This record gives sequence, structure tokens and C-alpha cells, in this order.
Amino acid sequence: MTGKMAIVGNGDGILVFKATGVDTFPAENEKKAREILRKIAKEYQIIFLTEDLAKQLTEFLKRFDEEPYPVVVSIPTAESGGYGMQVLKTAMERALGVDILFNKD
Amino acid sequence: MARLNVNPTRMELKKLKARLSTAVRGHKLLKDKSDEMIRRFTIILREAKSLRESVETELSAILKQFSIARSIIPSFEAETAFSMPSVAVQAECDTESVMGVDVPRVEIAQRQRADGLPYAYSEITGEADYSVKKASDLLPKMVQLAQTEKRVRMLAEEIERNKRRVNALEYVMIPQLEETIKYIKDKLDENERAAVVRLMKVKSKA
Repeated sequence: MTGKMAIVGNGDGILVFKATGVDTFPAENEKKAREILRKIAKEYQIIFLTEDLAKQLTEFLKRFDEEPYPVVVSIPTAESGGYGMQVLKTAMERALGVDILFNKD
Repeated sequence: MARLNVNPTRMELKKLKARLSTAVRGHKLLKDKSDEMIRRFTIILREAKSLRESVETELSAILKQFSIARSIIPSFEAETAFSMPSVAVQAECDTESVMGVDVPRVEIAQRQRADGLPYAYSEITGEADYSVKKASDLLPKMVQLAQTEKRVRMLAEEIERNKRRVNALEYVMIPQLEETIKYIKDKLDENERAAVVRLMKVKSKA
């Protein structure tokens, strides 16, 4: 199966991926992003979502964890970071109950 | 622990014993499954962490550079220049089974482009070229990250579900069955004793 990739986000950051051949969907706020995701979830297999939006949509994104596709993954923006690690940490805590990677805190 | 509501008969005892042995076997199997899933999970988790780290550093560098490049070009021109990708990115999407969980497997197909960049060199500055190039180099890694992170999330979910099953068997089902079996045995023994005593009484009267 051939998959299509999309990037949903705000700001200029997503423009650079447009030139690399990923379909871009600008979304300036959480509500818009939710709408877009709902629309493209069936069509695209890999969806990159900028971190500021992913953070607000955490609950909404859980529904994508049931099926293998689409894969929704957050990417950092120029301003923010750290959310992706947070997601990994939550998954680890849920599954193992102990911290094996992020020993710092 | 509450015992099950059954009649203390030999039939029930036999049935319950069969159920107990199934439960014990199921519990052992699920526990083994859980152990193996956790082992795989830690491997994938480590992989996801290192991928995430490298993607984040590279990407933020790219974005910083791109925003500088972007500030030099008038926004109208930039929009049009970047809006015409010369290549379409193709990813092969498949699924793979990790411990009975269908997880995504993605491979990015090799892309060929004629001149390297999707726009005329005259329109855009060199900084932008650089960041576009970097971004397209990073893309396979990002796809890899997407796949790995999804696996982490799906496996975490499955491990949690499995853990709940193991606990239900270990702390509810099995003790309940054991207690009921014990109750029935006691009851049957009691009946037997009663019968013996009755017989002895009858005999002594005669």
C-alpha cells in the first residue's frame, strides 16, 4: 500500500516541507486542526502535526492509537519543544510503571 | 474473597476444577506474553527516544534557518515558489505484527528529482535551498520516527490491557475458584461424615 504524507500546522515551518513534497494543511488554531485531521485521517497514512497543536489535541489524538494507520506524530516547531518526549514518557509510565529512560527527573 | 454461588455437588466440583486449571494455564501464558511485550517495548522505546532526540535537534536547526531565509524573500514569492513540489514523496505503508499487535511499518520510497530543488534558483536565496535540502534529507528519519512512536503507543496500550487481564486472573478469578472448590470439598466431606455417623447410630440401636 502506498501511503501519503501530510503536515498540519501553523506558521512558516510547514512551508519548508511543502517544497519537499509533503502535502501541507495550514491550521492556525486547535479547532481548525481538529477539523482538518478528521477530514484527512482516512486519506493520509502519515500525518505530521506541529507540537503546539498536538499538545492541545492530546485527547483527540488518542483515538488514532487504536489502529495502525493513520500515524499521527508531533514535530517540534521553532518556538516549542519537549512535547514529543512527554508523549513517550507517558506511554512508558503506562506500560511499565517505572522510569527507565528519563532518569533526570 | 467471595465464593461463587454454586451447589456443592460432585458435578460442580469437577467443572470448577477444570475451570481452575484453564485459568492457571491462561494466567501463565498471559504473564509470559506480558514479559515478552515489555522486553520488546523497552527496545522500541529506546529507539524512539534516540530518534526523537536527533529529529528534534535537526528539525529545529532547519526551522531556524528557514525562518531566516524566509525573512529575506517577500512572502508572496515564497508561497508560490514552495508551493510547487517537483517530487511527490511516496511511502510504502504496511503492517507488521509485534506480539499479536498490528503495528505500522513504513518505508520511504527512493525519490528521484531532476535538478534537486523544486524551484528556479533565481527566485530563492541560498539559505532556503539549504534548508529545503536538509528537510528532505530529514524526511525519511521523520517517517521512521512516526512509525516507531506509533509502535510505542500501540504497544503501551496493549501491555496495559494485558496487565489488566493477568491481574484479573491472578487476584479475582483464581482465588475465587480455589475458594469455591475448597467450600464444595468441605461440604462433601461433611455430608460423608454425617452419613457415617448416622449409620453408626442406626447400628448401635439395633
